[in-house]
Formats: sequence, structure tokens, C-alpha cells
Amino acid sequence: MADTDLSIRIAGEAGQGVESSGAGFALALARGGLHIFAEFDYHSRIRGGFNYAQIRISEHPLYSHSEPFHLLLALNEDTLRRYGPQTLPGGAVLYDEALQLQPNALPQGGFRLFPVPLTQIAREVGGSELMANTAALAAAAAVIGFELQPMERVIEQNFRRKGEAVVEGNRRVARATYEWTRERYAAAFPWKVTVRPAQRRMVLNGNEAFALGALLGGCRFVAGYPMTPGSPVLEWLAERAARYGLAVMQVEDEIAAACAAIGAGHAGARALVPTSGGGFSLMVEALGLAGMTETPVVFYEAQRPGPSTGMATRTEQGDLLFVLHASQGEFPRIVLAPGTIEQAFEAGWRAFNLAERYQCPVIVLSDHYLATSLRDVSPEELGLQAVTVDRGEWLDDVQLEALPEPYRRYRLTPNGVSPRAVPGHPQAVYSATSDEHDEFGHIEEDAVNRARMHQKRMRKLETACREMRPPTVYGTADAPLTLVGWGSAYGPLRETVDRLLARGRPANMLHFVDLWPMPVEAVSFLLARMGQLVAVESNYRGQLADLIRMSTGWEVSRRLLKYDGRPLSPDWILERLEMAAEG
Amino acid sequence: MGNVRDYQSPVRPTWCTGCGNYGIWNALKRALAQLDLLPHQVILVSGIGCGSKLPDYTHANGLLTLHGRTIPCATGVRIANHGLKVVCTHGDGDAYAEGLGHMMHAARRNIGLVDIVQDNRVYGLTKGQYSPTSDRGRVSRTSPWGALEEPVHPLAAVLAAGGTFVARSWSGDLDHLTETIVRALRHRGYALVDVLQPCVTFNRENDYAYYRARVYRVEDEPGYDPTDRAAAFVRALEWGDRIPIGVLFQTEDRPAYEEQLPALAAGPLVSQPLRAWSPEEIEGLLAEFV
Repeated sequence: MADTDLSIRIAGEAGQGVESSGAGFALALARGGLHIFAEFDYHSRIRGGFNYAQIRISEHPLYSHSEPFHLLLALNEDTLRRYGPQTLPGGAVLYDEALQLQPNALPQGGFRLFPVPLTQIAREVGGSELMANTAALAAAAAVIGFELQPMERVIEQNFRRKGEAVVEGNRRVARATYEWTRERYAAAFPWKVTVRPAQRRMVLNGNEAFALGALLGGCRFVAGYPMTPGSPVLEWLAERAARYGLAVMQVEDEIAAACAAIGAGHAGARALVPTSGGGFSLMVEALGLAGMTETPVVFYEAQRPGPSTGMATRTEQGDLLFVLHASQGEFPRIVLAPGTIEQAFEAGWRAFNLAERYQCPVIVLSDHYLATSLRDVSPEELGLQAVTVDRGEWLDDVQLEALPEPYRRYRLTPNGVSPRAVPGHPQAVYSATSDEHDEFGHIEEDAVNRARMHQKRMRKLETACREMRPPTVYGTADAPLTLVGWGSAYGPLRETVDRLLARGRPANMLHFVDLWPMPVEAVSFLLARMGQLVAVESNYRGQLADLIRMSTGWEVSRRLLKYDGRPLSPDWILERLEMAAEG
Repeated sequence: MGNVRDYQSPVRPTWCTGCGNYGIWNALKRALAQLDLLPHQVILVSGIGCGSKLPDYTHANGLLTLHGRTIPCATGVRIANHGLKVVCTHGDGDAYAEGLGHMMHAARRNIGLVDIVQDNRVYGLTKGQYSPTSDRGRVSRTSPWGALEEPVHPLAAVLAAGGTFVARSWSGDLDHLTETIVRALRHRGYALVDVLQPCVTFNRENDYAYYRARVYRVEDEPGYDPTDRAAAFVRALEWGDRIPIGVLFQTEDRPAYEEQLPALAAGPLVSQPLRAWSPEEIEGLLAEFV
């Protein structure tokens, strides 16, 4: 049997449960031993719109979505009309008979139409029309030949809180719809999936992976103000705060969030601020405060298209040069851009280690695509065993009591890092200030002192640079073509490399997670050994390419840039590469 | 009882001779000494302005932050370590212009901060512009036609936001100011102490004689009840020939924000060791995703 590569688009208006249906279906598929990648596309509104969850299913690990879809599950007429015609030839459009569509309202194309009495079955078998979504997912499972048993477990899990009667009703609806649909349509749909021996796979998105990493990495204080797509991190940690001993605050604005985190970081708690680009804009002055007072603090910035409000529920990689240069003056900061679930998880704990080792702000750049897309990983792949906590040069009570001289919070050191003591010990009474200061922390404007303190702070960046990781290489060595990207471009780039190789065209990719400070020597070494460089980014100017030129002098002149608010995809990248080749 | 010399910093103030900040500084040190709060048990958080340099002039933990952001920075410190007594010292520009929003939310939250506002009703460090508490019609470099805005009434604003301790004193009465700060330090939630202070360089109108002739103590008013919110509101808006000072309102009815956070029940966050994750706990977290 050929490899499965099947995409299902579940579409409906906001409020119809597209997101939860998609997530539930993805989980059931992963429990059935299949690999999934689920992408979510929705509008910034509470009702209406053309939302969808697109679930890609394979027997092989998936790192990206793919744009075409084989089966459309349309929960309302609007999405049926809009997305129906895009269904792949040979595919099918599944919808509720209750929509009572006139024949001329139905999409036409090389696909089949599968009307199913979803609402009717929900009402008659389950006793509630609210169970129509369950019916729809069961119908989709029947069409693709997926067994119902993993679906039933998800149903039970999702409805347990509503009582056994609701669970049982949904289960009956699922079974009845599954049988009804299988008999009539299964034979007419050519793509099938097979339940395989189930290993334990986690299904999670980038926001969840990052938050889990932060939690296990000892995050103790979180302050935020809701903003898509960063706020799920605030919510996820708030939900678990009481259980695991975190203080989580929703504060009055992003300025307060950043300042509160700096206060908490100064006092000695691992502190996190989740936000998006607009919120980060408000935090810019506070970022400099963390730089000047040498306070460890972690910012999680999930990008969305800007400027200003832009598109709240869409994706872009437009903030790289912004976060790199945000706030007046010069000070050390570290910027990481995870691109996969595993990398997002690692960034969750590693960011705190870097922040405390170098006593500076660390910014983790995510984006809507990474933040919201679901993938399956095993607990081993996620890297749970790798979590370590390194609090850097930290003077404990015993060391403070043994100090031979008065404590200097900002002691000049060769590596720029001054051993840190948090307020509360009689031997370490000091002021930290946003003003330029001397080694003790007192305000000081002397020219010699200024230059020394500035150098001390900036030396930390040179020290940190030694542990920054070079970009990873994936694909064929010595290939004539090298795709260069960062953050969430990882999956689409990786699959592009795979597809090119399958067509007999070797290629490779260079992917950056550690963006600043950039390990210039290692990057230059790699760039010198690559094929023709093509930057692939979700922004207008090619911000990584510009950063590479600025840091290394290497020019990445070919740039494939996407800034329509939709994620990079292997399909789009290949099309552009081919257009360029033909052109 | 502690000694005010315990808080002696090697740095000498740069305030003008006769500046009201000296009175506030001395009263704060006296209040801390009276309550035996040692330098390492206190953290003074300030913003930007003449008065905000106070922590640099005082031997105690200090955090000098950004203009207007004193309160949120102090909030983070307090949540991370509620074993520290957190005292904010910032001016009327910091507190009532850039920071007024934060103050309303600190009052709503009832977070355990002592908030001393050095209210000289003028911008000193930037040389004489009018401030949010300047009188209407006040002529300054940035209000040549006279200030058009109604002054902020901070005590009324904090009362309206649900404040649980609302007080005013002035820098010309060291004993009253010390006593007021002591009461604020003993309060369990957010405590605003608005301190009227002359600026001898940029605000010649509101000098010591001006305040001495106008202030009266609510404590001396027959029948004044500081638990009566409506009565406090009337006094909070009183401004002119008579200016009330003292604790206008106080209630201990509401718990402090930090008393209600589950994570702090086991002691200050920074004193709790980082969690050693048991296999069972990790398994529980994984189970959420499988």
C-alpha cells in the first residue's frame, strides 16, 4: 500500500467548534498510531467567518501542513461554498443534509458530494442537535477508513465533565453516523488510513510546548495581558499555577506585565512575560530596564502580522529586527526562535538558564503558525529528560556571609557577569538602578565609570555568544541549493528539501534557532560551504538575510518572502522555486 | 527599636537646601527604625524624579526603575518575596501622571505596598513644568496660559478604586508624617500616603507657610471616623483654605492580594526551593497531551 498523505479540512463559522473538533480528531488519529500535523486558520471574531482546521495524516512524521486537501468537512453553507471548489479531484465534500441546499448551491468539480443526516442522527440517536459535530467527525472517520475506537476515547475524555448521559449520547451518535456513512460512501473515497500499533504520542502546539518547558524549567512568576496569539501561554500556566506553585497575574497592561516580571526577576523568581508583537511594543522601555539593572527575565513574543493591529489571528515573522533593536541604548539580550514543538519546549526552560547565566532579558520569538499548529511527538522526542536548571553565578547565604568585603552587585569581571545576590540578606543590601551606576549600584555619571560599566555589560554578550548554537543543517551535503530560514519556517523548509530530493534534486537547509548573539564564526563557516543560498521568510524584506549580512558580511541575495498572513508551506516554496527556475 | 543611622548611605542627597524631600526621607527612616525594619528587610522602589533618588540615598535594598512604573515593578517584587516590606517612593509626576493607571489597579488589587508620593505639585528635575496636582491656572514653562486641567485628587481616586488605606501628610510636620508612615507600614494591603512637600526652587507659591496655614488633622476633628468611606470621600475632595491630613480612611476588611495567591501559601516564592519534579508529576503533565 502506498504511503498515506491525506489532508482533511474541517470548516465552519466561529462558534461552531471547528478548533475543538480539529484538536479532538487529531488526538484520536495520533492515538491510532498515525502522525498528524494540524493547522488552524481563523478570523478575529466571535461569530461568523470561514474558520478551518486542516489535519494532515501520515504514517511518517510530519513537520508541516500541506495546502491541498482531500476531504472537506463543511459545517455550514458558507464554508461549503467557499472551500468546496478547492477540494482535490477524486476527493469529497462531506456536509449535513440539514443544510437543505438547492442543487445549484452545491460546489462542482472533480470531487464527490457526501451529504449525511448529521443533525438528524444527533437528534434522534443522541437526543441533542449539539451532538452534530460528533456525528461529523465520525462520518469523516468512516470515509477515510479510520476505526472508531480511538474517537470514542476522545469523546469520553471531552464530555466526561458533562456527565455520563452526554458521553453515552455522543458515543451512540458517533457509532450510528459511522455506520451510516461507511455503508454509503467509504468505497467511493480512495484515500485511506490504517490504525497502527499505538505508541504513546503527545499532541500539542508550540504555545503548549513552550509553556510546559517553562513550567518544568522552574518558572515561578508570570505576568501578562491577553493578546492573540501569546495569551494561551498565560492561560495554560494560570490553570496550573495553584497546583505547581506559580504566581500568575493578569495585570492592567503590558507595561505593567513587563515591569512586574522585572521586579519578580530582581527579587529572585524565574519570571516570564507572554505576549505578542503589539504587547511587546509596550514593553520596550522595560526591556531596557532589565538590560541596565541586569535582571533575568524571559519574554515570549508570538508574532502576528503588523504593523499595529495587523491581522490578529494570522502569522508572520516580521518582528525579528524589532526585538533585536527594541529599546534605547545598547545592552545585551538573547533572542531564540524555536521552529518545532521540540525546540519550543526546549526554549521554555533554556531561556531561563540563559537569562540567569547572563543576567539579561531573553526573548523567545514564536509566531501564530508555531503557536497554534498541533503535532504529535513522543515524550522522548520532546526531550523531557534534558531539562536542566542553571541559575548562573548566584551567591547563596553561606557565600554571602563569607564575603571578605562589602558586596558589589555590579562587580567588574572578565566575563562581564557579576555574581548575583537577591535582596533579603544583610550582607547584600544594595540598590539596582536604571541610571548608570557604579559597582555597588549607586548612581554615577563619571566618564571612566560609564565606559567600564558599559563594557562590562556588553562583555556578557561576547561570553554568551560562545554557547549560542550554529544553525542546523538538514538535507544533502554539498547540494547546489540551500534554503535559509528561522523559527517556524523549519517544517515547511524541511519538507521542501524532502520533496526536492524525491524529485532527484538534492538540496539542504540551514535553520536558525539561536539568532542573537549570532555565533558569527560558525555561521560564516557554514555559509561558505553551502550551495546557492535562498532565504525563505514570512516577512517583506528578508530580515534574517539582512541580519546575516549585517553580522557576517555574507549576502543572501535570493529571497522567497511571504507576507500575506498565511504560513509558509512546502507547496508555496516549491512553486516559487520552480517559477524562478523557469523564469 | 532600630536606629535611623542604620539607613545611612554613603551617597549624599542632591536635593536643594530646604527641599521637602528631606522631611519625607527623615520620617521614612524614623518610621522604619520605630518598627525595627532593618535595611535588608525592606526594599525601596522608586521611579524617576527628584524624590525617586531617595533609595540611592538610603542604606536599604533599592530598585530605581522607570518614570511612572514604580508600582508595577514593586508589585513583582512583592509577589516574588512577600517577606520583604515593599515601600514605593515617587513623585506626583511619576505617581499621578504616567503611573496613575497602575495606582488604580494597585488599589483594586489591595497589594501590600506602602506608596509614599512626594507631591510637590511641580516637575522639579525637568525644571518647573506644571504637574497633575498643580492648581488650575498655574502658569509654568509648559502652561504659559495657565494650566487648563482640573488637578488630580489622588485620595478620592484611590478611594473610588477600592483603596483600603488612604492618607495624607506633609513634610513640614515630621512627627505626623512619621506616624502616618508607621500606620501605613502596619497596613496589610495597599497604603497610599500622599505627602505635600514644598519645592523651594520651582514652586514658590506652595511653600511651608502656605501649607502650615491650611493643613488640619482629621484625627483632631470631633467624631471623625476613618472607617466611614463616604465621609472620607468628602474630605478627600476638600482642597483650598483647609487641607485635611491624616489617615482619612482605613479598613482591614479586605485581604491583601498576595494573601490570596495559592502559590504564596507555602511562604515567599523565592524562599521555596525550585520544584524537583517527581516521575508521577511529569507523568501527570504528559497525560494531558496523550
